[in-house]
Amino acid sequence: MNTIKKLSGYIWMLMAPLLILFLLSQAIQKISTAAEAVKSNVILQWAIILLIFTPICIGFFIFGKYAIAGEYDHLPESSEEV
Amino acid sequence: MNTHLQTNYKMSQEKKQNNIAFVIGASSVGTLIEWYDFYIFGMLATIISKQFFPANAGTAALLSTLAIFAAGFIVRPFGALVFGRLGDLIGRKHTFLLTLILMGGSTFAIGLVPGYATIGWAAPILVLILRLLQGLALGGEYGGAATYVAEHAPAGQRGFWTSWIQTTATLGLFLALGIIILIRSNQGVEKFSAEWGGWRYPFWISILLVGVSILIRMRMSESPMFTKLKSEGKTSTNPLKESFGQKRNFKMVLLALFGAVMGQGVVWYTGQFYAQSFIETVCKIEFIQSRNIMLVAILMATPCFVLFGWLSDKVGRKWIMLFGMLAAVFTYRPIYQQFLTISSVQNRADKIDLTKTVASAVKVKTDEKDANKIFVTQNFDTAYTDGAVFKYTKTDTLVLGATYNALVSIDSLNPSLIVSKSAKPNVVIEKILGNSDYWSMIWLVFIQIVYVTMVYGPIAAFLVEMFPTKIRYTSMSLPYHIGNGVFGGLVPFLGTLIVEFTKTAENPKGDSLAGLWYPIGVAAVCFIIGLIYLNNKMDKNVMD
Repeated sequence: MNTIKKLSGYIWMLMAPLLILFLLSQAIQKISTAAEAVKSNVILQWAIILLIFTPICIGFFIFGKYAIAGEYDHLPESSEEV
Repeated sequence: MNTHLQTNYKMSQEKKQNNIAFVIGASSVGTLIEWYDFYIFGMLATIISKQFFPANAGTAALLSTLAIFAAGFIVRPFGALVFGRLGDLIGRKHTFLLTLILMGGSTFAIGLVPGYATIGWAAPILVLILRLLQGLALGGEYGGAATYVAEHAPAGQRGFWTSWIQTTATLGLFLALGIIILIRSNQGVEKFSAEWGGWRYPFWISILLVGVSILIRMRMSESPMFTKLKSEGKTSTNPLKESFGQKRNFKMVLLALFGAVMGQGVVWYTGQFYAQSFIETVCKIEFIQSRNIMLVAILMATPCFVLFGWLSDKVGRKWIMLFGMLAAVFTYRPIYQQFLTISSVQNRADKIDLTKTVASAVKVKTDEKDANKIFVTQNFDTAYTDGAVFKYTKTDTLVLGATYNALVSIDSLNPSLIVSKSAKPNVVIEKILGNSDYWSMIWLVFIQIVYVTMVYGPIAAFLVEMFPTKIRYTSMSLPYHIGNGVFGGLVPFLGTLIVEFTKTAENPKGDSLAGLWYPIGVAAVCFIIGLIYLNNKMDKNVMD
């Protein structure tokens, strides 16, 4: 199981930047195709989404990194370990 | 002597049970009210938008977006950090008392803000500030209540006792829905939606509920674990740094978020909010009936929170939560397909009840601002033998060469007077389901809420057990509010966005089920991470 934990860590590390790129491309596309009257509103929506998802994706990347480093090989099972 | 000791032991056990029951009751009532406060804004969003954020005022739309997006996505996690830190520094009791006052005060104040028509720009700005305060308070409340209850719970019963706190989010929704329906049914749509109409009552009612809850919470004592820690001088001096700056704990925050809470968040929002929105906007089920469907399903499924919380004490938290996610992944699309089938009026021609199928008289309404503009409305109600009714309302907008004379029937209006007519009439479709389809719909929502209870019932105990007492409030609040506020809160927005992708020239409406790929995708990734990384073993008496 620990091998699976480590190997899948690479997937999470790869997914994180891909997710940001996907959101960025969507933001650009939606903002460029938005009608002039609602454009500033669409920009604001996507700015908030990017603002909040960027640290989450960085967290996902770190999660993958920790998994590869074996940080999740053993998890706490008692009060002493928490 | 032996009997005397037995009696004493029995009395002490009863006292403990009464104490924990009081802790649960007092914590749950406050949390329920906080959820109620947060929901009523969302449920009355259409009216609030009309009263405070008029569409023709461009900047008001920006403020509206900020109120909706920022409150859930930015301020909630921020509130988790602010109040989590405070809770780990000064204690759970005072912190969640503060969040309750903040939430109740801002909710009540929203109900007092005059509309845009009366005070102009001050209205949307005030409402935005108050909504952000609501988000901040909600971010701090849940972690405090869950931690407080968990730290009172007897060994091996943490899942059962914290599951009562878990019911509050759903019961808060139930209370908000119930109160809104009650007032709206009594007042009628027009009176309810007026500037000082009935939509403000749910906000005002909040202050009474919060007042009672504050009185109850004042009588509570501090969590025993935190008190012990404090007396030993072992509380954290910098909870934020210890929670997120040390790998030992930060890795658990990440695991909690990606291996449990993000999946729980999307399942929760899909079952309780996306379902309601889908039933109303896609299936076109009538306002009151769509809410009744939700109310009955919620009421029926709510005991399952406690059931799965209790079960998680016996078999562990992991498998119950993961099973809920897996079931959601595989059954969401069939369930929503069934929603469409049930509410469809196609292939029902043989069931039309001609005796009750009617077209109403034409109604004419003059535009308040332009006396030459009139709205001509007619309803066509198609009744079916199973009790279902398909309501089709068509409104044409006509601009006349002269002021409309209400004494003249629209049928005898001289056509030469019509200067222009709207190219497309405004069409409103509403369906009322027959009894059998109504119950089928409730059953389908019920199944989704059972999934919610599986992922949400054990989550408080699960989160509490992951982190040590001295930084528990901070550490568990952030992943919880990112998972629910961000991943869950984005279900409607991203769902709508994905449906947009599927729209083509041949299929201008797109695939109405495509929006489900977002919750399905997130729940699937979360399931895989949880399956691989989560541990199902945990000390029954985590006392650190």
